[in-house]
Formats: sequence, structure tokens, C-alpha cells
Amino acid sequence: MEANCIFFEGVRKMSLLFSSNLQWVMFSTMILGIAAGAIGCLSYFRRQNLLSDALAHAALPGVVVAFLLIGEKNMLVLIAGAAGSALVGAFFIQWITTSSRIKEDTAMGMILSIFYGAGIMLLTVANRTAGGNQSGLDTFIFGQAASMVRHDVITMAVLALVVIAIVTLAYKEWKIFLFDPEFANGIGLSIKGMNILYTLLLVTTIVIGIQAVGVILMAAMMIIPAVSSRYWTQNFGRMLILSSLFGGLSGVFGTLISALGKGWPTGPFVILVSACFFLFSLFFGKEKGLLVVYWKRKGQWKKLRTASPDVTPLMTKGVK
Amino acid sequence: MNVALKVEQLSAAYRKTLVLEDVQFEVEKGSLTGIVGPNGAGKSTLIKSILNLHPPVIGKVSFFGEPLKNVKRRISYVPQRGSVDWDFPTNALDVVLMGLYGQIGWFRRPSRKHRMLALEALEKMGMTEYADRQINQLSGGQQQRVFLARALVQNADIYFMDEPLAGVDATTEKKIMETLNELKKQGKTVLVVHHDLQTVEDYFDHVLLLNRTVIAHGKTEEIFHEQNIERAYGGKLHIFRRGEENVLTLQ
Repeated sequence: MEANCIFFEGVRKMSLLFSSNLQWVMFSTMILGIAAGAIGCLSYFRRQNLLSDALAHAALPGVVVAFLLIGEKNMLVLIAGAAGSALVGAFFIQWITTSSRIKEDTAMGMILSIFYGAGIMLLTVANRTAGGNQSGLDTFIFGQAASMVRHDVITMAVLALVVIAIVTLAYKEWKIFLFDPEFANGIGLSIKGMNILYTLLLVTTIVIGIQAVGVILMAAMMIIPAVSSRYWTQNFGRMLILSSLFGGLSGVFGTLISALGKGWPTGPFVILVSACFFLFSLFFGKEKGLLVVYWKRKGQWKKLRTASPDVTPLMTKGVK
Repeated sequence: MNVALKVEQLSAAYRKTLVLEDVQFEVEKGSLTGIVGPNGAGKSTLIKSILNLHPPVIGKVSFFGEPLKNVKRRISYVPQRGSVDWDFPTNALDVVLMGLYGQIGWFRRPSRKHRMLALEALEKMGMTEYADRQINQLSGGQQQRVFLARALVQNADIYFMDEPLAGVDATTEKKIMETLNELKKQGKTVLVVHHDLQTVEDYFDHVLLLNRTVIAHGKTEEIFHEQNIERAYGGKLHIFRRGEENVLTLQ
């Protein structure tokens, strides 16, 4: 009897899942995941994974200020506000690093917490204003894909497509920029220009993602798919595609799961799905996945031992 | 004299510390010059400043009588091997193809013709069989040969190489020197940052002794002698003459 009940409850939820709004939302988190997966590969090789985290947190005060200025939740304006404060954050990180003895990681850590703190403070202010409570600005912290309307989805999808297009079109240029920037400069590619473009793409991806995934977890959408894909290929192009695939699938499944409960935040579920892909890659990935490495090593030891059975091995630790 | 490179009053700094001061020299077209000096003498910085990769504080540089921006295509730069991430997911042929990116044009894909050129360059460096090899599976010497192949494919008129012989095996060293001499024969100008004093006389027809500024510059047999080397290396160097052979010891 009870099982029956759960079954019907399940069916009811399934039908909810395929409501048209949810399909729209899933489409948007998918395309967001694809863009974030691609940008994540660039950050991975620039060794700037933490930068995406800092800039995502730095976007929060901009969202709230934009809301306070116009008094309503207009996606495009909030995105512009987010982009503005993320870029200010990026500028400060750059400025601190070049004009003081403070190193980049410290600068990122500082900007991340200061901007996020300011964002939370402004959020309490906004929540006290008339209509502020209903604004749903809180969703920007952990993300709530379900709160997006069709209009938001279109804005987001268009911007994500632009990001994906730029990464794909300039594939060759990104490759040399990441592998050997000095040489790239020598053959006439402006490194300054590429750096600016990279920062703009990064910030765009962050700001279109924060409503769905939230400022706290947005960076993980870029970092995790990229490291997961590194376990499967030794080709930068294939890595980009795979990372985008992981990102897109995480977006879709994360959104699906979060839609099962009322008011469940999207960000954490997207990241957990992403983490599953990572764990799978870590163990089973064909490029230095843990199991592959283990079997290879075991085979080597076996060969060594059968070749000289009388010799007592000096090194036994970690060998079975 | 046909001047390939002219550097005038060049000074360069890191943060606010001057590392190069009033560097001045001219390089003859078709010469093979070794840039030699102690650690921290500013050898790499000199190359980077000349190519504006590390913009100088002050100074004028011209190539074949023209400013850098007019002749970028005629210049090839081989960075230190350690300056890039060899774990980047790509193969040897791909790295060599990067040398052709300027020629291919931005946002375009390399064609079969470009691939052939890259393979040819790999062959010249004796690396044909490694074309598809992941770059992180190449030895240090092989990585350096890939870098050289990438420079060759650029078909430049003047080459700047930062320690191409550092930490490479004997075969690679021989191969690289053959290639450099070949370039010289073709009338190309080559400048090489070099760290091994023992081989300077065998490898280079010109030497630039550097220690924050030019200590001596000219034909190897004329300027590469004890006094100059000692001036460049300060008291850190002792030279013993043993018959015909010089024995250099760093302290």
C-alpha cells in the first residue's frame, strides 16, 4: 500500500519534470554547463582555477546594487551589475598583484571574501526594502534554476552560445596562448588582448550561471568538468569537448534532481552530479586514472619478480 | 658590414631593479653569436627586451634597419624549455605547427601543406618517428628538438634562442649545432644564450660577453680571452692553462 503511494508520488513528480518550464530551465543549465566546461579548460591550463571562484563571489554585490537601483528583478540588468562588480574584483586582483608584494593567491582570497561579505551585507539591506523580501535575491547564493522564467533562459542561452562560439572559433589561438604565451606574442598574437578576452569570457560565464547555480558553487562548474576530462584524453580539442559534455550533463541532471523537491537549490545538485563524473574519471579514466595506474604498476612488479625470483625486494611499501 | 640587429642604449628592469644597463651592440648578418655571462647577468632578459616580450625601460632596437613591428614575421624566438607546461595535452607535430600559426592566419585551420612543412622540420631534427608522441612523453632533448623544429618551420631571418643546449643529451646537442650552422650557411643570423664556457670557441663565430652590460663583443678568437671572461664573471672564475687547452673553473 505504502509502496504504491510512493510509486504514484514518483509518477506525479516525473510528470512535473517534463513540464515545459522545466524543459526550458534544463536547456539553460545544459548550455551553461557546456560553456562553463569549455572555459574551465582554459582556466585549468592558466592555473587560475581560483580566479573563477573569486570572481563568482565578487559578482554578488553587483547583483544587489543593480536590484537596489532599478527596484525590480530584471535578469539583464542584474547580469550587468554582476559583471560590473566581478570585473572590478578582477581589476583589484590584478592591481594588488602588480603593485604590491602580495601574491596572486592571497589577492584572490582577499577579494573573494571582501566582495562576498559586502554582497551579503547589501543583501540584508535589500531584503528590508519594500518588495525586497519577495525579490528572491537570496537564490543568487546557492542558485535556483526553477526561479528562472523564459525570458531569463533566453538571455542566458544567447550569452552562453556567444562564449562557446568564441572558444571554438579561436581554438588554435587559445591553444598557443595557453601552451606558450611568449612564443605566441613573438608571432604577433597579443597576449594582453587574449588575457582581456579570457577575463571577459570568464566573467560572462560566471554571471549567466549565478542565478541557476549560485555564486558560491559557480566556480565548481568550471573546475570539476575540466579536471575530469583531463583523465580521458591527451588532446586539447577532445578535452574541451569532453569537459563541455560533463558540464552539460551535470547541468541537466542537477536541475532534474533539484526539481524533485520544492525549493531545493540547484547549485549543490549540479555540483554533486559533476563530482560523480569526477570520481568515475579519477578511478577509471584511461589517462592516469587510479585503477589504470594500479594495474600497470602491478604488472611491472610481477614482471620484475618473475625475472629474478630469488631477489628479495627492497621496496615493498605500496606493492601487493 | 650588413647589420641584422642593432641595439642602442638598452636598459631593462624587473620591478624597480635595473638588470640591464646601457646595452649597446650590433650583430652582423649571417653570424652565429653566443651570448655568454654568469647567472643573473641578464642574458634571457636581454633577448626578451630586444623582442619587447619584457619591454625595456629605455633603448632602441632595430632589425635589418627596421623597427620590430615591421619585421615580426622575420624573427623567430625559441624560449627556454622550462618556460612552458610540457604536460599540456598535445603532440610534437602540433607544437611544430604552432610555428606556422602566423602564416596560417588567425582563426583558420592548418592545411595539409602546413602539416607537410611541420613534418619536414621534424625530420630535419631527426624527430619523424615522434611526430604523434605526446609532448609529456618526450625526453628533455627531444622536447628541445621539437622547439627547434618549430623555429625552423617559421623560416625566419633572425633567430633568438634561450639556452637551447641546457640539459640536453649529446646527440641532441650535436643535432642542434648542425642545424644552427646550417642556418648560418643559409645567411640567417642566430643569437644563442649559452652557458657552457668550454664549448664557446667551438660553437660560435661571435661572442657577446654580458654581465648587466656588454663586457665584450666581437669575433670569438679576438675577444674570448681570459681577461674578458674574468671581467664578465668577476672573481668567480679561475682559468688554468694546460698546454693548448683552457680549463675553466667556477667557484
